[in-house]
Amino acid sequence: MAKILVITSGKGGVGKTTTSAAIGTGLALRGYKTVIIDFDVGLRNLDLIMGCERRVVYDFVNLINGDSNLNQTLIKDKRSDNLYILPASQTRDKDALTLEGVEGVLNQLSETFDYIVCDSPAGIEKGAHLAMYFADEAIVVTNPEVSSVRDSDRMLGVLSSKSRRAEQGERIKEHLLLTRYSPARVESGEMLSVSDVEDILSIPLLGVIPESQAVLKASNQGIPVIMDDKSDAGQAYSDAVERLLGKEVPHRFLEAQKKGLLKRLFGG
Amino acid sequence: MTSNSNLDLLDSDPVFHLKGGMLAMTVVELVRQAPERFAIQLAEKVEQAPNFFQDTPVLISLEKLDDRLDISGLIALLRICRDHGLLPVALRGSEDYRPLAQQSSLVLLPPGRGGRDKPLETTEPQPQAVAQQPTANPPAPEVAPAQPTPTRVITTPVRSGQQVYAPGGDLIVLAPVSAGSELLADGHIHVYGPLRGRALAGVRGDTGARIFCQSLEAELVSVAGQYKVAEDLRRQPLWKAASQIALEGDSLKITAL
Repeated sequence: MAKILVITSGKGGVGKTTTSAAIGTGLALRGYKTVIIDFDVGLRNLDLIMGCERRVVYDFVNLINGDSNLNQTLIKDKRSDNLYILPASQTRDKDALTLEGVEGVLNQLSETFDYIVCDSPAGIEKGAHLAMYFADEAIVVTNPEVSSVRDSDRMLGVLSSKSRRAEQGERIKEHLLLTRYSPARVESGEMLSVSDVEDILSIPLLGVIPESQAVLKASNQGIPVIMDDKSDAGQAYSDAVERLLGKEVPHRFLEAQKKGLLKRLFGG
Repeated sequence: MTSNSNLDLLDSDPVFHLKGGMLAMTVVELVRQAPERFAIQLAEKVEQAPNFFQDTPVLISLEKLDDRLDISGLIALLRICRDHGLLPVALRGSEDYRPLAQQSSLVLLPPGRGGRDKPLETTEPQPQAVAQQPTANPPAPEVAPAQPTPTRVITTPVRSGQQVYAPGGDLIVLAPVSAGSELLADGHIHVYGPLRGRALAGVRGDTGARIFCQSLEAELVSVAGQYKVAEDLRRQPLWKAASQIALEGDSLKITAL
């Protein structure tokens, strides 16, 4: 029985797909058989971030409609034997997804996988609703700015009222992942701090991903940033995966790096 | 004298203000046409709580009535009501009743949305409650003191976009209330956490309702229709402090807890 994880946020552009790719890859690298599903029908991106866009034949909508089977549709990742990608359809829209169809696919995947990572589209409409409806756990991706925090808050409300677990009187386990965090800008008062966001959303903090050049580079190269273990963002995602698996790992990258004397003299 | 009164006429100082208001009203919902039985049954009710029915404005609802009421039936009905101290002010029913309403100088209100009226307990209100209310106001419909009022208790955060309503009673929230959410209660609202959304107490006109919170950061607070928005709230000293909000006369008073 797989654990279904939804990566969601409400607001667009905060790093849901980057996070889905990183967390999914991280789980696979730790030996869990993992599939990442792109729920953003019509705005397919996950395949690009994962670097498998040239191997997409069938997609999620084909699978739901019965045009293809699971083996034909799943794309195996080249870096890990445990990792598969289920791409979204680029030519259809969110209405092509149905609750029964999604449930059927998730049930099939549940039989063989340990983790199903659902990459939610932005918004709180149909696509986002279907992505989170069957989830056991949710990672709410938030940027340290007020509109992103409010949208995440709205999404948390939807998770606690409109998911299958909520309808059965249970709760989805919620995690907060703060991305694009810049300690220097927090210090100068331009950005909300970790504690500000925790105070507003009041859910446990899974991780803080620092603003990093490595993320953009990784996206453009089609390599999940978690594979870049030299980068701060890659390390922060690794820590988050460890925490997701129940380990206690101290948070890093929360303080601004002090410039050394030489750097100050010669410019950094 | 004349010049003086002319000046008065030109004075642009407003003589009146138009205001929206919400007040609770007793609804007499007629189920069948039987004037004699209506008289007897009403007399019984009045005997139970004479004060309650003294000069009480009522709305006569004809929505549930199986057959049409004619003018003689209505006149009989109005007389029985007035004999028992009730003051019928309006009819509620379909547009067909418009001529009838006009003949008897009553307001005709469109049919209400189903299920919004709550059954009223007409046991004598507690003396204390009566003393609190200015005598000019009709007594607010109160749930019988013998019955515990239903209190709604929320233990999980109230998120942006969520709305929580406690009909007929108090609302207690033991978690943060986010900006963009809305709390409504017919009675008091207690928030044991930061209150960042909207809180509306006494939404059915209970002017004695209050709002209590541990940190006042609300977008809007309202008691019985009188409200203050964050723009006004953040200017006063109790912003982000533990406070209570109550109605004093026509304005909201915020005091420290």
